[in-house]
Amino acid sequence: MAPLAPGTTVRVKDDWPETRGPVHIRTPHYLRGREGVVVRRLGAFANPEDLAFARPAASRPLYHVAFAQPAVWQEGREGDELLVEIFEHWLEPA
Amino acid sequence: MNILEADGEKLLAAVRDLLAAKGIASSAEIAERIASTDAANPGQGARMVAKAWIDPTYRTLMLEDGGTAAEQLGIPMRGAPPLGVLENTADLHHLVVCTLCSCYPRAVLGYPPFWFKSAAYRARGVRDPRGLIAEWGTVLPDGMKIRVVDSTADYRWMVLPLRPAGTEGWPEERLASIVREGDMIGVTVPALPAR
Repeated sequence: MAPLAPGTTVRVKDDWPETRGPVHIRTPHYLRGREGVVVRRLGAFANPEDLAFARPAASRPLYHVAFAQPAVWQEGREGDELLVEIFEHWLEPA
Repeated sequence: MNILEADGEKLLAAVRDLLAAKGIASSAEIAERIASTDAANPGQGARMVAKAWIDPTYRTLMLEDGGTAAEQLGIPMRGAPPLGVLENTADLHHLVVCTLCSCYPRAVLGYPPFWFKSAAYRARGVRDPRGLIAEWGTVLPDGMKIRVVDSTADYRWMVLPLRPAGTEGWPEERLASIVREGDMIGVTVPALPAR
């Protein structure tokens, strides 16, 4: 996947690996399948999903992604946002 | 041996001995880390905030690289996760939460307050942030948006709050004295002490 430029609209994968076995995931439930906008790349970090099980952990790009807060919860105030660190392998083009 | 029934003191000693034997961490290094963790407190973050309020160069550095800005004030950051700083403005307020666990910028704020780890704070922080901070008496002015920062991965986040009116000409130490833990999480905003 090419680096995601700030402003790119992305979707968090609607994937639920926790239904398939023991996992350690840093992507919150409430954002699965939601669309957001890349704010910036924060760097690259060892994949926590492997690190947590003491497996060799490849370095994965980490992005700060903004989501409209009312769209996630169907309540709240227009313009309010959620800003969340999401690893690249959880993002897909929207 | 059932690890859940093992004697905690013995288990700790065994882990320490193993870390030393394998050359991963000496007891001196462990003691040093315990000391710096215990010494960390919200006063350290408050010193950074006060300096950023009066020194534009420091403010720029702090917003770009919180860890380096902390180190410039003598705050030990070795081994700490990267520190990001969120700038409150006249039309944007930040609130920090960790919905997954209890990620917290301990190097600059010390141990998190008990409620930061509570299920209620974590759930409401992302769903009803305005209702949540209203319980601290924080009501944002009309037109000010809120951005909730869910600390889910490798960064730790602190808020750089707005400098309150009425503090013009104050020296750095006095400014630092009014910055509270909650101001750097975003549940409160700095206020002048009641007279």
